[in-house]
Amino acid sequence: MERRTLLVKALSLLITVVFMVVAGREFRAHRTFREPVVAGEGVTAVRTLGDYHPGVKGTVNDCNIYFLDSGKPGATVLVFGGTHPEEPAANLTAELFVENARVEQGRLLVVIRGNRSASTYTRNGEAYPTFYRIPTPWGEKTYRMGDRCSSPLDSWPDPEVYLHYPTKQMLAYMDIRNLNRTWPGRPGGLLTERTTFAFMELIRSEKVDVFIDLHEAELEYPVENTIVAHEKAQGVAAMTSMVLTAQEFPVPIGMEFSPVALRGLSHREVGDNSDAMSMIFEVAEPFLDRIRGITDEALLLEGKDEFVKKAGEHGLLYAPMDDSGWPIAVRVGRHASTVLQTLETFNTMETPERQILVSGVPRYAELVDKGLGAFFRDPSGVSEDRVFYE
Amino acid sequence: MITLNGLVTAAYYAMTALFGVVLCRNFFRTRNAQDAVLYCIILVPFVLRLLRVK
Repeated sequence: MERRTLLVKALSLLITVVFMVVAGREFRAHRTFREPVVAGEGVTAVRTLGDYHPGVKGTVNDCNIYFLDSGKPGATVLVFGGTHPEEPAANLTAELFVENARVEQGRLLVVIRGNRSASTYTRNGEAYPTFYRIPTPWGEKTYRMGDRCSSPLDSWPDPEVYLHYPTKQMLAYMDIRNLNRTWPGRPGGLLTERTTFAFMELIRSEKVDVFIDLHEAELEYPVENTIVAHEKAQGVAAMTSMVLTAQEFPVPIGMEFSPVALRGLSHREVGDNSDAMSMIFEVAEPFLDRIRGITDEALLLEGKDEFVKKAGEHGLLYAPMDDSGWPIAVRVGRHASTVLQTLETFNTMETPERQILVSGVPRYAELVDKGLGAFFRDPSGVSEDRVFYE
Repeated sequence: MITLNGLVTAAYYAMTALFGVVLCRNFFRTRNAQDAVLYCIILVPFVLRLLRVK
């Protein structure tokens, strides 16, 4: 073999190994990164999803369930974040409740990372940032950026066509890894189906009255800045959207009916398969728009983009978009206020002994004014037994 | 279903390993520098998948 060929082979092998080590370390750091969560004064217990179904015990999706129990009889509400980890306002709002909420009547259950597997990798070919950071008075708090579906490292292979269980409705192949297409789950199914089944077991055994699934959506998508409600939740959702639009939000929040024929989504299946009234909350996230520009951490957290704005000028969006964009404090603020208003509206429709009273969580105006980081606690400033990891 | 999926996954990883070995073998055997560089580039995703990194 020629000396020159040998040299090229040696060099290319060396570069390949260096590339694999550098890239591999980055991927691994993302996959194994742990997010600290400070259990606030209201948290009375933390269980894991595996306690409700052995099929997820010890898996990547064996996530924490935070219990905030007043000890006084009342309603049980489940606030659910992290269905789609590329929608950070959802898990950040859930964490806001865990760290700040106090419950004076009833029980609040909170899930921060509903699909942990999906938070351990980002979407191929989309150049997503690996992490994002929220500034706080005590330093930056770092979070994993994730994808919409569970990681192929945890659930593989996908079927040619995903048949939703138990309806057998045909859905796109990758939706078997999409937590919001696998409800009500299957005990012996693939990881994401087992995960939703475990959550259904939790909802049924804990007798959840209200289920709230937090999301974000691209501005090009019509289901935007809205509450999608199951039949059982229509009264609460309609009144909540009217009150928030009239009194609190500069951009209105709508209310839509959960389609009966579209299977696998939480607003449909949780309501159909349990006693809970189920709802999904949506808020605008320009980061998800197909026509966006540079896909970086700034776009994720500030929600400003020239291309999305231009689309708005041409009337192609379902939400307003100007120079102020959709910052993370606005998005989390809308979710926090919508959850709190939903609980207040629920209380007006229930007898006193079936209510839930929650305090300590900032609403929209306060979050926009002070910033999201002002409400996150320093994990190093509390005892270790109050810190949990996602 | 979990068992069946596990078997397919195991077969997939075995196939990945096989392709990785063949690519390595071709890399060491080839006398063409351009082919050698190409084998190296192709090898990366196979190794990262086998190590369950990506």
